[in-house]
Amino acid sequence: MNEAVRFHFVVDGEDFTSAGQASVQVKKNLRRLGIPPEIIRKISIAMYEGEINMVIHANGGEAEVLVYEDRVEMILTDRGPGIANIEDAMKEGYSTAPDNVRSLGFGAGMGLPNMKRYTDGMKIESVVGEGTTITMTVNLT
Amino acid sequence: MKISVIKDLLDAEVVCGEEFLDHEVHSACGSDMMSDVLAYVKDQAVLLTGLVNPQVIRTAEMMDMVCIVFVRSKTPSEEMIRLAKESDMVILCTKKRMYEACGKLYLGGLGVSAVK
Repeated sequence: MNEAVRFHFVVDGEDFTSAGQASVQVKKNLRRLGIPPEIIRKISIAMYEGEINMVIHANGGEAEVLVYEDRVEMILTDRGPGIANIEDAMKEGYSTAPDNVRSLGFGAGMGLPNMKRYTDGMKIESVVGEGTTITMTVNLT
Repeated sequence: MKISVIKDLLDAEVVCGEEFLDHEVHSACGSDMMSDVLAYVKDQAVLLTGLVNPQVIRTAEMMDMVCIVFVRSKTPSEEMIRLAKESDMVILCTKKRMYEACGKLYLGGLGVSAVK
């Protein structure tokens, strides 16, 4: 496989109950490609947290998943409010999510730290008022 | 421990996944905070929760969990049951509260960390 296998998803920001659909689909696709289950789990958790973040904070966005021979890259792009202080946002327990999100089981300030924990590389590019792009890489070898 | 034993220990009702009750599970976790489940859970196969929304099913699916127990008589929606069925998951409902439900399973021999 010289060229990457590419999956593209639009994440609907209107409906919290549908959040996670892209991650479920990615998980299925990666299974079909024969990637080991423990690696699929890392990728799906990171992607799921990212997807939830986009729904909570940015009214949705887009997700691009690229599967290379040696790695999987996830690029999550939104046009939300941006992250004012990335260092703070990376701290476990730091959250700017509204209270109603916490009653849904999220917003504990674990999203970004989890995404970092489960991936081998993570880059956050964010401009306040314009949006955020997060690129995550998980090695396959 | 077989999922059927969990059902008996908790006097639980099977909502879906009756055909998987013979599956063996080795560990469980209890939480209403899905973020924490995603952060701290390693190989737990069973999730006990009092939270009811479709993200519970998706979280369990991401973690490769095979059984969800809703405590405090919480009832999952049709949409949640549909999602669980798609992923071959067992859903159980018990009247017991979280503390008691976890305690019963722990005393019954269901550990906190996976036995390989």
